[in-house]
Amino acid sequence: MKKFTSHTGITAPLDRANVDTDMIIPKQFLKSIKRSGFGPNLFDELRYMDEGQPDQDCSGRPLNPDFVLNQARYQGASIMLARENFGCGSSREHAPWALDDFGIRCVIAPSFADIFYNNCFKNGLLPIVLDEAQVDQLFKEVEAEQGYQLTVDLERQVVVTPSGTEFAFDVDAFRKHCLLNGLDDIGLTLQQADDIKAYETRRRQEAPWLFDAIK
Amino acid sequence: MAGKTLYDKLWDQHLVRQNEDGSSLIYIDRQILHEVTSPQAFEGLRLAGRQPWRIDANLATPDHNVPTTARSGGVDEIVDPVSRIQVKTLDQNCDDFDIVEFKMNDTRQGIVHVVGPEQGMTLPGTTVVCGDSHTSTHGAFGALAHGIGTSEVEHVLATQCLIAKKMKNMLVRVDGELGAGVTAKDVVLHIIGVIGTAGGTGYAIEFGGSAMRSITMEGRMTICNMAIEAGARVGLVAVDEATIDYFKGRPFSPSEAQWDAAVAAWRELVSDDDAQFDKVVEIKAEDIIPQVTWGTSPEMVVDVKSTVPDPDKEADPVKADGIRRALSYMGLSANQKITDIALDRVFIGSCTNSRIEDMRAAAAVVKGRKVADNVKQALVVPGSGLVKAQAEEEGLDKIFIEAGLEWREPGCSMCLAMNPDKLGNGEHCASTSNRNFEGRQGFGGRTHLVSPAMAAAAAVTGHFVDVRELVAE
Repeated sequence: MKKFTSHTGITAPLDRANVDTDMIIPKQFLKSIKRSGFGPNLFDELRYMDEGQPDQDCSGRPLNPDFVLNQARYQGASIMLARENFGCGSSREHAPWALDDFGIRCVIAPSFADIFYNNCFKNGLLPIVLDEAQVDQLFKEVEAEQGYQLTVDLERQVVVTPSGTEFAFDVDAFRKHCLLNGLDDIGLTLQQADDIKAYETRRRQEAPWLFDAIK
Repeated sequence: MAGKTLYDKLWDQHLVRQNEDGSSLIYIDRQILHEVTSPQAFEGLRLAGRQPWRIDANLATPDHNVPTTARSGGVDEIVDPVSRIQVKTLDQNCDDFDIVEFKMNDTRQGIVHVVGPEQGMTLPGTTVVCGDSHTSTHGAFGALAHGIGTSEVEHVLATQCLIAKKMKNMLVRVDGELGAGVTAKDVVLHIIGVIGTAGGTGYAIEFGGSAMRSITMEGRMTICNMAIEAGARVGLVAVDEATIDYFKGRPFSPSEAQWDAAVAAWRELVSDDDAQFDKVVEIKAEDIIPQVTWGTSPEMVVDVKSTVPDPDKEADPVKADGIRRALSYMGLSANQKITDIALDRVFIGSCTNSRIEDMRAAAAVVKGRKVADNVKQALVVPGSGLVKAQAEEEGLDKIFIEAGLEWREPGCSMCLAMNPDKLGNGEHCASTSNRNFEGRQGFGGRTHLVSPAMAAAAAVTGHFVDVRELVAE
C-alpha cells in the first residue's frame, strides 16, 4: 500500500452533505474487474453534462462548469473538503479507488460513513474528521483565497492552514501505523495465524455446525 | 457488572485476539461473494500467491449484473460485454479456488442477501460478511453481519478474519401494534426518518420492542437490510422461536445430530435484561403509516398522506439547501401532495423486498386490477430462483402478468441498474429498493422508496395512494 506521511496540496471544497458512493463513482463503472482507471469517472454525474459509459474516452465530454473539480482554481487538487456523512451508501471500494486515481490523497469532513472511512485506509487515502466549526472555517478560507493549500501531517495528526493555524485530528493507532509505513493488512494478520488456528480449534468444539457445511 | 447486549455477545464469541493498539481480530464464519466486488480480491490473492484460508466458509452467486429477461442462452448471451466479463470472472474464480457458486442459471441463484438465509448459510450466531453494504440484512437472524470493501473481501479470503473496532450499541425499540396495511418497510423508513441517514453511524443497531416480535423473519430482514441507510453497518434482531423455525430443513442448516446443540446456543442470542445501550430510540408502532420518500436520501421520507417539505420552513441552512437541491433533482415542488406524484415506472424487487411475502403482498394488491396507462413499465423481480419457483407454484406470476406487470428472472435489477433494467432521465419510479440517491436507478432517474404493497398500489393507480384505502374499497 502507498504510504501517507505528510501531504500539502490544493484543496477543493465540495459543499454538500451526504455525498454518497453512487455519486463518487456511478454503478456503470463498477463493471470493471480492475482496481485502477476510475479517476476520469470520479463524480461522473456531477462532473459531466452527459451520461458516462465504461471504457469511454472522457476527454471530449461536456463538462459541468459549476462543479468544483472543473473550476480552474481547483485544478490539481489533492485534498477534498466536504460536509457531513461523506461516503454514505454502498460498500464499493471503487469510491476510494476513484478518488485515489484522480489524485485525491485526503478528504476532510465533519463525519464519514463507516464503510467508506474504513476502505480509505486500505488504499493510502486519509479521511480526516474535524468538527463542524473547523470545517466551516476551512470552507470560508478556501473559497476566499485562490490557490489555497492545506498541509496534512499524519505523524503529528494536524491539519495546517496557510496562515499556520493547526487543527488536531484523531486517528486509530493501528491505522496510523499502517498508513505511515504503507503496510499490507493481510501480511500482518497472517503473522497471527497461530491465534486464528487456536480459535478455530476451540470453535469447532463449541459450534461444529459452522464447519464443513458448505460444499 | 451490567449484562451484555446481543452485539456484545456476538463480538465476544468471535474475538480471536485483542491487540495492544486497540484493534481486534474478529473471526468470520461466512462470506458471500458476488461478481462486482470480488474480482480484484481474487486478483490480489493470486498476485500475492495466497490461497483461501477456508473454502467451506464461502458461497458465491452472480446478482448485480445478470439480465432479468430470459437467459437460457447462458452467460455468453449477456448483451453488455463488460457485464459478461464480470460474471464470467466470478465463475472462473470460483472454479479455480473450488468455491461453491450458484451460477446464473442455477435455480438457487439470486440476490446474495436472499440466497444466504434461504440456504441456511447464514445462521444465528455467525459472523457474515459480503462486499455489499446490505449485508446488514442477515442480522435479522441474530448474526453479526456487515458490508465490507474489496480489500477486506481479500483479507477474509486469505485469513478468515477481519481487523475491526468494536461499534457502539443502539437499541431502536418499536413497541405496540402495527396497523393493518403497515409493513416492515414502512417501519424501517419511518425509523430512518426519525434518526436520519447518519444517525446510526458507528453503531450496531438492535431492533427490539413488542412490534418487532410480531414481524416475520422476512420483515425483519427488510428492516435490518436498511440499517445501513441509517448509517449503521450492523442491524440486529434477537433470536426467538420464529428465528429457530426459519432454519428447519434448510440445505446448510445444522444436521439433525447437531440441531439441539445449535438451538441451545441460539437461544442465548438475546440482549440481557440489564444490558446497557449507548443510545436508545423509542418508537410507537401506532405512529407508523405507509411511507414514501420524496427526495434523494432515504431520510427524506414522509407519510403517504403528507406533503413534500418546504425548504423555507427549515431553520438549518445546510438542510434547507439539501431540500432545495433534492426538490430540483426530483422535479417536485414544496408542499405538493405525495398522492399527486405521478409515476412512470414501478420496481418490485431488490434485497430489501424480493422475498415470497413481498411477492404475495404485491400480488394481493394488483389482483383483478390493471397497471395504469401512464405507467410505462412495472417490473417484478423475485430475489432468487427458489422465490420465483415458489411464487409460480402459488400462481402469483399469473396475477402479475394478468395485471400488466412483467415477471422476471432473479437479480438486483433496477435497484442499482447495473443490468439493462433502468430508469430514463426524469422518470419517477415507485421502488421497493433501498436507495433513492441521484442516478441510482438510472441517469436522471427519480426514485421513491416504498413497500411492495404501496408500489403495487402505485402501479395500478398511476400515482401514490394509501394502499389501505385502495384495498378497503
